[in-house]
Parts: sequence; C-alpha cells; structure tokens
Amino acid sequence: MPKLTFQSSAERREFTDSNSRAIIITYFLSGMFWLMVGSTLAILASFKMHWPEFLGHTSWLTFGRVRPLHLNTMVYGWASLTSAGVGLWILTRVLNATIPLKKTLYAGIGAWNLGLLIGSIQILSGFSNGMEWLEIPFSSAFLIVAGLIPVALASLIMLVNKATKHLYISVYYIVAGYIWIISLLIVAYIPEYSSTVQAGMNWWYAHNALGLWFTPICLAAAYFFIPKVTGRPIYSYWLSLLGFWTLALFYNWNGFHHLIGGPVPTWATTVSISASVMMIIPVITVAVNHHLTVVGVFDRVINSPTLRFIVFGAMSYTFVSLQGSFQALRTFNETIHFTHYVIGHAHIGMYAFVTMVLFGSMYYILPRLIKWEWHSKTLIKAHFWLTALGIILYILAMQTGGIWQGIQLNNPDIPFMDIVENMLPFLQARSFAAIMLTTGHLIFAWLVIKIVWHGRTKRPKPITQMYQTGGKGYE
Amino acid sequence: MNKNLILVLGAFTLFLSSMTGLVFIPQQLANNEVEQDVRVAFDISQGHKIYIREGCIYCHSQQVRPEGFGADQARGWGKASIPNDYNDLTPHVLGTMRTGPDLANIGQRQPSRDWHYLHLYNPQTVSKGSIMPPFVWLFNIVDEDARPNQKGLSLPPEYKVPGKKVLPTEEAEQLVDYLLSLDQKRPDPETNAQ
Repeated sequence: MPKLTFQSSAERREFTDSNSRAIIITYFLSGMFWLMVGSTLAILASFKMHWPEFLGHTSWLTFGRVRPLHLNTMVYGWASLTSAGVGLWILTRVLNATIPLKKTLYAGIGAWNLGLLIGSIQILSGFSNGMEWLEIPFSSAFLIVAGLIPVALASLIMLVNKATKHLYISVYYIVAGYIWIISLLIVAYIPEYSSTVQAGMNWWYAHNALGLWFTPICLAAAYFFIPKVTGRPIYSYWLSLLGFWTLALFYNWNGFHHLIGGPVPTWATTVSISASVMMIIPVITVAVNHHLTVVGVFDRVINSPTLRFIVFGAMSYTFVSLQGSFQALRTFNETIHFTHYVIGHAHIGMYAFVTMVLFGSMYYILPRLIKWEWHSKTLIKAHFWLTALGIILYILAMQTGGIWQGIQLNNPDIPFMDIVENMLPFLQARSFAAIMLTTGHLIFAWLVIKIVWHGRTKRPKPITQMYQTGGKGYE
Repeated sequence: MNKNLILVLGAFTLFLSSMTGLVFIPQQLANNEVEQDVRVAFDISQGHKIYIREGCIYCHSQQVRPEGFGADQARGWGKASIPNDYNDLTPHVLGTMRTGPDLANIGQRQPSRDWHYLHLYNPQTVSKGSIMPPFVWLFNIVDEDARPNQKGLSLPPEYKVPGKKVLPTEEAEQLVDYLLSLDQKRPDPETNAQ
C-alpha cells in the first residue's frame, strides 16, 4: 500500500472514511436486519412464557426453538456483525489506515448472512446443535466463521501497515477480540467432547463469547468515543493497559461458574469462581478510566447521542461485571442458579452494555461516513429513553423475580407450581419491556434507513449542535 | 513490530491457557475414567434427539446439586448427578434454567407412560397452571374408529375432541422412552460426593 500524505488530519479522515464508507455501512445494515429479526423472536419467546398456547400448535414456533434463535440472531447477527464494523472503523481512525481486503470482506459478509439465514431455518425446523450459544449447526456456522476470518486478517494487516507509532488501547481490544472469537468458535465446533466435558466447554465458550468478543469490542469503542466526544484524554493510559492484560488473563477462566454444583470437576468450578472474583481488577481499572474521564463534563454526555448510549453502556459494564463476580460465589449462586436472575444478568451484559455501546457507536460513525445528519433529535431521544427504561424494567423484573424464584426453589415446602404462578407477573413485565425495546429498535431502524437513504444527496447544514464535539462540526 | 507481536501472541497464549485448563484437561481426565462401554437403546437416543430438537433444555435442568447445596434433594429430584448419569449422550442436557423442575430422575419420579403422553400433548391436562407449551405435533388426532388396535389418550372430558382420539406418534414414544430412561437406579452413594 502506498504511503499517502495529507494536508491535515481532517483531510486524512475524509480519505479513510470515504474509503471505508460502503463496507462499514454494509456491516451495519446487516446487523440492523438481524436486530429486527431478533426483536421479533424476543417478543414471541417472551409472550410464550406466560401464555403457552400463543402460537403453541406450530412446531417451528415452539418456545424451545424460538428462544434459541432469538439468542443466535442477536448474538451472531446484530451484535457480531455490528461489532465487526465498529471495530474496523475505529481501527481506521486510531491506526490511520484504510481497510484492506475489501472484496474478501464483502464476500465474508455474504457468507455470514447466508450462514445466519440457513442456521435460522435449521433451528426453527429442529436441526439445532443443542448447546446454548452454539445452536447453529456446523453446516452453517462455518459460514459465520468464514465471515469473521477476513475481519481478523484485515485488522492484522492494518496493524502491520499502521501509520502511527503508538498503539492506542482500543487497538489491543479490537485485534485481540477478532482473534479470540475465531479461536473460540473453532474449539467449540470440535465434536469430540464427552457429555459433561462438553457442558464445561459449552460454558467456557458462551462466557467467553461475551468476555473475549463483545466486551473487548465495546470497551474499545468506549475507550475511543468517550475521549473523542468529551475532548479529554483518558484518565490513565497505564491503567488501560493493566485493564486489558488482566482481562485477557482472568476472563477466559470464568466459564465454569455456570456449572457450580453440577457434575463437573470441583477444582474447575473453583478456578472459575476465583477468576470471576479476580475480574474485579480489570473492571475497576476500566471503570476508573471510563467514569473519571466524563466526571465534570456530564453535560456533554447529555447532549451527545453517542455519549448517552456509550456512557450508559460503560456504567452497565461496571455494574454487570461486579454483579458477575459476586454471583459466582457459591453462597449467592446457590440461590440464583437456574433462575430468571441469570437471564437478567445476561441482558445487562448483552443489552445494557453491548447493544447500547453499539447504538452509541453507530450514532457517531454513520453521520461521518455519510456526511449527513441524523434525521430527528426527538426520535434519537425516544430511542434512548425507550431502550434505557425498557432494559431497566427488564432487569428489575428478571432479577427481583429471579431472586424470589431462587429463594422459593430452595425451600422444599413451597410446591413447584406455586413458584411458576408467582413468576407470572415478572414474566409479563418482561414482555412489556420487550415491546418498549422493540419500539426503540424500530425508531432506530427508521433513523438508520433515513440517513443511509440520503447518503447520495448533498450534505445539509448540521441540524443541531447535539451531534458535535465542542461545536467543531464534522471533524 | 514488537508491540504487535506482544499483543497478538500474548492474547492468543492467554486464550490457550484456559482452553487447556477448562476444556482439554477435563477431556483427558474423562478419557482416563471411562469405565464400561456405554450403549444406549436406539429409541432412547432418538428420544434424546427430540428432547434437544424441541428445546426442553431451555426450561429443564438435568443436574441435581449435592446435599446441602440448594434444595434439589429435599424436593425429591434425585441424587447428586455424576458424569456417568448421562450415558455420554451429546449434546449434553445439563441445562441452566428451572422454569420447570429438574428432570435428572424423572423416570423414577413419574414412571407413568400415559401421564407423559398427556403432559406432552397438553400440559394443562395433568398439571393445571403449567406454562409448558403443548407439543401437539408429536401426536396424531384420528377418527375414533380408525386404527382399532390402538387406544387413544385418556384425556379429561374438557380436552376431548368429539369423535376423535389422540395417538402418540413414534417420536412421542421415543421421547417418553428417553424420559423414562432418566432414572438414577445406581446404588453408589459414595461417588455422589463432588
């Protein structure tokens, strides 16, 4: 690649953005498509849990198929495709590089979407692989891996060709995240495990899919956008490196805390419990960096759609991780294991943290790629409040309900059917939350369609200062 | 270049460490512990496939926790589970949720084949207020006088379809074979200790 010289950093950004525009938008639109599919499935699954006859006579719409497909479309569709795009775009900025291998990347997106489509049909028609987070059968999952490999390769090429000397912390997280998810998927699809070992592998994988894939990408995004929009450097660069390496050291050992008390080696669960508690180190480190960077400039958080979502996400990360460390302890786990509480916990991770950070990233990236403002400030606010309040309601319902469920389950004098009945109001509240979240997603989808649709026409004047950093307009 | 290598190799090495510790070493230990050749009847392994296909694992666990950890045993769900309970059937069925009760010992707790058929056809018939979905596609609804050698399910009157009877399909039979095979007959209290 020839070394290009630019008059100004603005000109360089203009160049890298026009270069990466189409490919990043393709990732985002693919992600948005699966967000819509996943939201529909979420509503179906949620209603079925308190209304079992609802669409209950159609085999392919039974709860046991719709619920795993909800997870897979959200995880491998919405969150993974969007993460791939967000990660690559941040690399173009922090490495001053253009995206290589574009044809391969497009082919990869095609394979990835095709894999998801075939996988969805397989799950609904009863050919699930049968393990949580790994339901997509190998025959279509390999297409998803085929979509991820060029992303990792592109990130490595950008790393080698970088025009900067310094490696910003986001690069560590993004490059490592791409390598980790591919390695994880390869190990997970080896078909050689015996039954209970497979259960251990299953949770080692599933916990790492969050910890070594979405967490790194979304922390990288928070590390990039928080200083960018506030105009302040991160609180401590040294701490950010400590946070990365301690995360890499401890997070991947956490998985067995999903099997406490189960028929797996006790030493393995003990190792995972210890590692879960050790996660306090990277979490506090990252929390100090993210939260202290916005202290004193909170008005910018309110005024920037990007920061609203990303700071909400960063706060959720601190909360969900500390909660995770404590719920791995045997005494607490005894109560909350096997309850809705854990479902609530997973949604703080995948939604209140990951999804909110991805929304925030798209709010920053799309106007800069397309050179067009977001259509409506009111709708952005509606999107934020529907999703923020929706997920808070979701978490309150699942976690208070779940703790109560656990206390009752551990009291053998309470008949099981009474617990089922007692949970109904919480499950209904969750369905209400699901409708709020989906309404938010529809609003966001409309905003995204609107901004992408206008991409080819003349750039308007910024409609509001809301979207800029310190009044500087598009950088 | 140095920093790039530290990043890539460091990240990958740390990944390999937990892969070895939590996946490969447990697999080696399990390989060393293999006792007799596990053979499962065809119908049971087919039933396990249907159990997976219909997503039973999303609401039912199959892992009884040891005495003193939760109330699994006090609820009569069985003995603490051990790796040999699973006949090495994969995908594993440990589950993570107890929206419904644990099924590790369901074959002993509910040995009635007819009860399981009714429950699968419509959970409300035997378990009022259940939020388990019906699995009607595992049943054939035929005219009362068709297939004279087969007796339909004895449904409570309010669930009867006039002039029709409900027959379990082969898949329902296999699923129930599997459920009834979940029976912790083993006489080995010592190995329960984890």
